[in-house]
Amino acid sequence: MLKRKIGKIALGFAAAFSASAALATVAQARDLTVVSWGGAYQDAQKKVYFEPFKKAAGIAMNDESWDGGVGVLRAKVQGGAATWDVVQVESDELAVGCEEGLFEKMDYSKIGGEAAYIPPSVNACGVGAILYDFVLGYDKDKLKDAPSGWADFFDTKKIPGKRALRQGPKTTLEIALMADGVAPNDVYKVLATDEGVERAFKKLDTIKGDIVWWKAGAQPPQLLASGEVVMTSVYNGRIDTANKNEKKNFGMVWDGALFTLDSWVILKGSPNKDAAYKFLDFAGKAENQSKLSENIAYGTSNKDAAGRLAPAVLKDLPTAPDNIKNAVEINVGFWLENIDRLTERFNKWAAK
Amino acid sequence: MTDALLTGANASTEVSLKRRLRRAERTRQVKALALVAPLLVFLLFTFAGPIIGMLWRAVDDREVRQVLPQTIAALANWDGKDLPDEKTYVALASDILVARASGTIAIAAKRLNYALNGFRTILTSTARNLKAMPEPGTSKEALGKINPAWRERSTWTTIKDASGPVTGFYLLAALDLTRNADGAIVAAPPDQAIYRDIFARTFLISLGVTALCLLLGFPVAYLLATLPPGRSNLLMIFVLLPFWTSLLVRTCAWIVLLQSKGVVNDSLHWLGIIDEPLRLIYNRFGVCVAMTHVLLPFMILPLYSSMKAISPAYMRAAASLGAAPLTAFLRIYLPQTLPGIGAGSLLVFILALGYYITPALVGGAADQMISYFIALYTTETANWGLASALGAVLLLATLLLALAYGKLVQGQQVTGGMKN
Repeated sequence: MLKRKIGKIALGFAAAFSASAALATVAQARDLTVVSWGGAYQDAQKKVYFEPFKKAAGIAMNDESWDGGVGVLRAKVQGGAATWDVVQVESDELAVGCEEGLFEKMDYSKIGGEAAYIPPSVNACGVGAILYDFVLGYDKDKLKDAPSGWADFFDTKKIPGKRALRQGPKTTLEIALMADGVAPNDVYKVLATDEGVERAFKKLDTIKGDIVWWKAGAQPPQLLASGEVVMTSVYNGRIDTANKNEKKNFGMVWDGALFTLDSWVILKGSPNKDAAYKFLDFAGKAENQSKLSENIAYGTSNKDAAGRLAPAVLKDLPTAPDNIKNAVEINVGFWLENIDRLTERFNKWAAK
Repeated sequence: MTDALLTGANASTEVSLKRRLRRAERTRQVKALALVAPLLVFLLFTFAGPIIGMLWRAVDDREVRQVLPQTIAALANWDGKDLPDEKTYVALASDILVARASGTIAIAAKRLNYALNGFRTILTSTARNLKAMPEPGTSKEALGKINPAWRERSTWTTIKDASGPVTGFYLLAALDLTRNADGAIVAAPPDQAIYRDIFARTFLISLGVTALCLLLGFPVAYLLATLPPGRSNLLMIFVLLPFWTSLLVRTCAWIVLLQSKGVVNDSLHWLGIIDEPLRLIYNRFGVCVAMTHVLLPFMILPLYSSMKAISPAYMRAAASLGAAPLTAFLRIYLPQTLPGIGAGSLLVFILALGYYITPALVGGAADQMISYFIALYTTETANWGLASALGAVLLLATLLLALAYGKLVQGQQVTGGMKN
């Protein structure tokens, strides 16, 4: 009797609880929400995309920031309470999310047609937003002789001091192979073999004691500024921002840089799809994209955007012909297949 | 005789009285339960639910079954000795065509790739190149032509192993184990066997931090408990200050202090003690220092509360009976603080086990604790099965430790740690 009563009470509460939970998940009429990477980059986006779009289209929108991770998007969409509409994602998030059906299929007829964008930025589930590089960054004030590429990065005799790399196998193994003399175009061919992986780790062994591992994009400029390291792998935009806003004198080496794209996606089941397309159309226009490059040194996806830029701005962009000449695109397919295995391998090596 | 009459007369009232008493008890219980019910339901949904969900994900294995249902059914009675029969190949071809149309092929490819590296390419390239159902009787040949992997036995055992609905695959992987082609549990290949070491590292760092907290915290707690209230309150504010500062700020402060051109190294250099900067950060030393600082209050507070309850008269009595200060401390004072030491140590140890931000920022690549990997697999590579399995192992190990601790202190709490 008592047990049954308890059961009834618990059931009543459970029913009330799940009913309220169900109510909460019903897609409420809310404003368009756009999510990007925060920091100096999102400030630039606010200035050239978000605010002007609100004025021009008369659509209310708000913006949030996130730290990436396809798991976050999966939890949002599968939880059925996605509070985001448009999200900027990295290339591997785009690929996995597309496979898992987390994104709406991109309707290019609503955003100016596929022909308006550079080929690598056109994807079934998203549209390219920016193109950026992992470059070799260093402090010109501290290094008399500028390093010429990744080979110098591994040469502690020529340039003594500590170096910083991104923790994990991605980008690290490519850099090690290029330092070992592999041509940028052959990096993934070599890395796909067991011998290639061995070769990369052997090369890393030569400077193992001198590496500081960074985890967030904000760390490399700090490590350079504090003198903790003399060279680091770093997002090119961060170097540019440090030079402009903090009066630093950092240099970059474009030779052997690794480039990748970030894309805009619309989360599956977004209640604001129309507004989302209007926003993407606005952010895809050449005249708006060129303003973004003027504010932060990233290349953009519209074919005509680069042509509108002053030569002085263009020369510092990843998309400038001279800068992209010897750059490698990070191979999403390779990493999707091998990230777990090589992460384990990398940590085994690190713990030795 | 009269007794019997009496009891007979009283029996009915007594029964009803008992029943009434029981009823009253019951109403009271129900009322009490109704009062805590909201909290219980809340806990169930926000605490127990997610944990059960996580444990379930560690064994849940339905992805391949959903994408390749006919293949799984056909493989059910395959003996695993030679290649499967033509019927199985037909089932696979038909499954792949259906999955390709509905765009689900990658979900199975991802899961199979965990078990056999390269499976993602095998499945996606087969899906790309298989335009239509092969002619009857030629499926085996056609699939083998598209990708030679379909002529390998190991390809098929991988699919059979992943046929679900539940699997031990992730839990085995979290313990550096795997199943070989014959289904026997064997050690994982050395390149992938990292988790036992990482668990050991996690427990070792947590143990070291607990010991450091106890060494540093004990004298501070003693001082707090014995100073006059005015001064002890001021000191208490200093102890609590870290509680009011963000974890991130405290961790970054250590970076500023310990880096090679940081405050500590510069001071030592200026004093002429060192020529080359010491490596104090991005290594195990930095992790232990920063974590000890962050967790110190959790050790001091329980110690302080147990010391506050110890009457100074005990120590005076010991001295008057001729005990030397050290003897008095070891035999009278210390045993009475054991519950505080136990509670503080357990609290610090269990909090340290789950630490993530601090080791990530001040540790090197060889100092990452298990939480780093759980976060990595949860958000970045979205391998939720492995993330849950690592979480489950950590949960189990923590529970065992808490139980062991319970057994250890049980005898002491009754007597306050003193021998009767």
